[in-house]
Amino acid sequence: MATLARLQARSTFLVHQYYFRNSAVDVFRKKEYDAAVKIQSWFRGCQIRAYLRYLHRVATVIQKCWRGYLGRQHYQLIVKLEFCTMKMNLYNAMAVRIQKRWRGYRIRKYCFNYFYLKEYLKAVSETNDAIREALEEFAEMKEREEKKADLEREEKKRDYQARKMHYLLSTKQIPGIYNSPFRKDPDPWELRLQKAKPLISQRPKVKQKRDVNISNQLACTSARSLPQSEILPPIDRKQCQGPFRDITEVLEQRYKPLEPTLWMAEPINELKMAREELRKQEWMRNINDNMFLPFSSYHKNKKYIPLMHSSSKYGPNSYGSQHFRDENPKKWICDKKFKFHEDRNVCLTYSLLYPHCLEQHLAKERKKERKKERKKEKKKERKKERKKSE
Amino acid sequence: MSLLRPLLLDVVPTIQQTAALALGRLANYNGDLAEAVVKGDILPQLVYSLAEQNRFYKKAAAFVLRAVGKHSPQLAQAIVDCGALDTLVICLEDFDPGVKEAAAWALGYIARHNAELSQAVVDAGAVPLLVLCIQEPEIALKRIAASALSDISKHSPELAQTVVDVGAIAHLAQMILNPDSKLKRQVLSALSQIAKHSVDLAEMVVEAEIFPVVLTCLKDKDDYVKKNASTLIREIAKHTPELSQLIVNTGGVAAVTDCIGSCKGNIRLPGIMMLGYVAAHSENLAMAVIVSKAVPQLSVCLSEEPEDHIKAAAAWALGQIGRHTPEHARAVAVTNTLPVLLSLYMSTESSEDLQTKSKKAIKSILQKCTYLPALEPFLYDAPPNILKHVVGQFSKVLPYDSKARRLFVTSGGLKKVQEIKAGPGSLLQEYINSINSCYPEEIVRYYSPGYSDALLQRVDSYQPLAN
Repeated sequence: MATLARLQARSTFLVHQYYFRNSAVDVFRKKEYDAAVKIQSWFRGCQIRAYLRYLHRVATVIQKCWRGYLGRQHYQLIVKLEFCTMKMNLYNAMAVRIQKRWRGYRIRKYCFNYFYLKEYLKAVSETNDAIREALEEFAEMKEREEKKADLEREEKKRDYQARKMHYLLSTKQIPGIYNSPFRKDPDPWELRLQKAKPLISQRPKVKQKRDVNISNQLACTSARSLPQSEILPPIDRKQCQGPFRDITEVLEQRYKPLEPTLWMAEPINELKMAREELRKQEWMRNINDNMFLPFSSYHKNKKYIPLMHSSSKYGPNSYGSQHFRDENPKKWICDKKFKFHEDRNVCLTYSLLYPHCLEQHLAKERKKERKKERKKEKKKERKKERKKSE
Repeated sequence: MSLLRPLLLDVVPTIQQTAALALGRLANYNGDLAEAVVKGDILPQLVYSLAEQNRFYKKAAAFVLRAVGKHSPQLAQAIVDCGALDTLVICLEDFDPGVKEAAAWALGYIARHNAELSQAVVDAGAVPLLVLCIQEPEIALKRIAASALSDISKHSPELAQTVVDVGAIAHLAQMILNPDSKLKRQVLSALSQIAKHSVDLAEMVVEAEIFPVVLTCLKDKDDYVKKNASTLIREIAKHTPELSQLIVNTGGVAAVTDCIGSCKGNIRLPGIMMLGYVAAHSENLAMAVIVSKAVPQLSVCLSEEPEDHIKAAAAWALGQIGRHTPEHARAVAVTNTLPVLLSLYMSTESSEDLQTKSKKAIKSILQKCTYLPALEPFLYDAPPNILKHVVGQFSKVLPYDSKARRLFVTSGGLKKVQEIKAGPGSLLQEYINSINSCYPEEIVRYYSPGYSDALLQRVDSYQPLAN
């Protein structure tokens, strides 16, 4: 127990000592703790930084490689594009050169050839000059011809006048008008009158009948078969050799007109030709080509088309076809027509105008009547005789 | 009329003929008398008896029909209605050339009025007989038949085709060489009436080998032969560039130019129009026209002629020549025609047609003209709408030509340009600006109006340096 009590009395001291010792250390503990923390943190920091540096380095390396790779790809793409563009530019430039040449050629040759145009215009002006010259010549020629024609006409006129005035020519005794003795030399008309032939009044020319050549009338029309000239062959011609027929017989035979047989005289298709001939004549003569149909109602279905001449308002005028004088009903004496004379067909006025004719006519009429009466009487007598004989 | 009618049926043939002749002369004189003849029912009588009488009566009756038919279309229609065409066509087959001539003349006068009457004449079968008449030896008959064909074919292409189908062109073309001038007139007129309707007909006329024979007709003494020949060439040249080319190749342009130079007045008109048509087709043809020395001739026509329509035609032709390229415009401008055209445009006496044509011609030539000496007078006289084009042309030429710039300044053109007042932003102002930009600023300022005043003001306000 004593120790216990001693421990208990020391306990508080122990506690305080313990506390003091612990708290004394606490003070240092904090400092040391802080120092340790600082050291540790500093070290960790260094560690981490070193690690970070390492990481940075590594990441840089990776990125460097990757970027290089990307860049090279990009560069290749650019190079390709550039190359393509360069090629296209070259092609374009070459194509432009070709097109330039071709277009120039085409326009110059096909569309507008400047030199051809110049040539054409030159040709046109040359043609114009040629035409102008030709037309000038033509006009001159025409003028010359006209002048010549005028002169000729004048000449003819003067000549005709001279011929008409031929009687004014001077004779040996009497000098003519144009040859006055007071003149030095005669008037030109005088010379003309001397040259002119006197003008005779023209008698009607007698028409001569041309000699009808015998050869026209014969069937044999060969030019050599007939002696054309009037000169006969010479008499003292050598006798031709051989027994010949009598010359008259020969000539008879030679110049006998053709007597064809009946079979030859008419052509073989004469009947057919005659029919044709008839048909042609009828066709020419006929007004209406339709055949005349018998009295049936076959042709009655056609509408009658009247003549234009009679259906238009300018129809046939009665004047000129029915009467020849203008009719003026106001001037008529009476309404009735002229009465004919009892001795038939003689108009009363006519009888008044021409009495001697009337008498002759009447005499004739009476004779006829008497003849008829006699005939009738004779007939009656014969009948009576027949009856009697029966 | 009632007295003459019964005489037409008299027994004595001479009385009939004389009565018909009297009627014809009456109808010939006056249209009213012709109407009286128609109303007096004489025509059917004539037609009826035309068929059977002798040739003197036929001539006289055809004369009556011609005299009645020539005055108006209604009278001609009355003749057609009474059936005269058939009898006239029968007369065309007669042996006597006098009868044929009278019948052809009557048919020609009837067909002249309008297309229906022409068609009626053609339907009566007159055209082949007319072509036969042309081949007859009598000159008078040929003339009348040619004039009848010309009257028939002038109305429409179908009628012209009918005439061509009968083969008229070959005969007409042969007769161009005939020395008789009246015949040539009619033949050329007939050919031109045929050729005017369409390209095919014109080609058929050309195929008959009329060139270069037709050009000799341009030198004929008779004025109307020249006129009809140039009308024919004009109708052919009008259709296509190929036909114009053909004419140019045979030297037709030179012949026409000479022809224009040798006549006056209306005779020239078809020739002038022909030059215009040829030049209008293409620039090569216009160059060919220029080469044939046509431009001086046309400018002479423009200044000499008193009548407005001929001047208008000449102005139009010049416009057609000059409008293609600067070369052409230069060729026209060199002959000093532009001031004449301008004066025609500005003068109040010229007709509207002349004014429009000269304005168009000036415009079209100016738009291509780069020949500055000819343009300069325009700066002074021209009205504003033309001035715009003139200044425009200057602004196109001056930037590239230094000699022209110098000349422009020395001749006073720059001064005139500065004096022009133009609305800001207008085309004229732009042109003026582009001209001003060709010159150094001092010169522009020197010539601008009011510069001398501005200088004097500066003198006034200048303080000399104190010594």
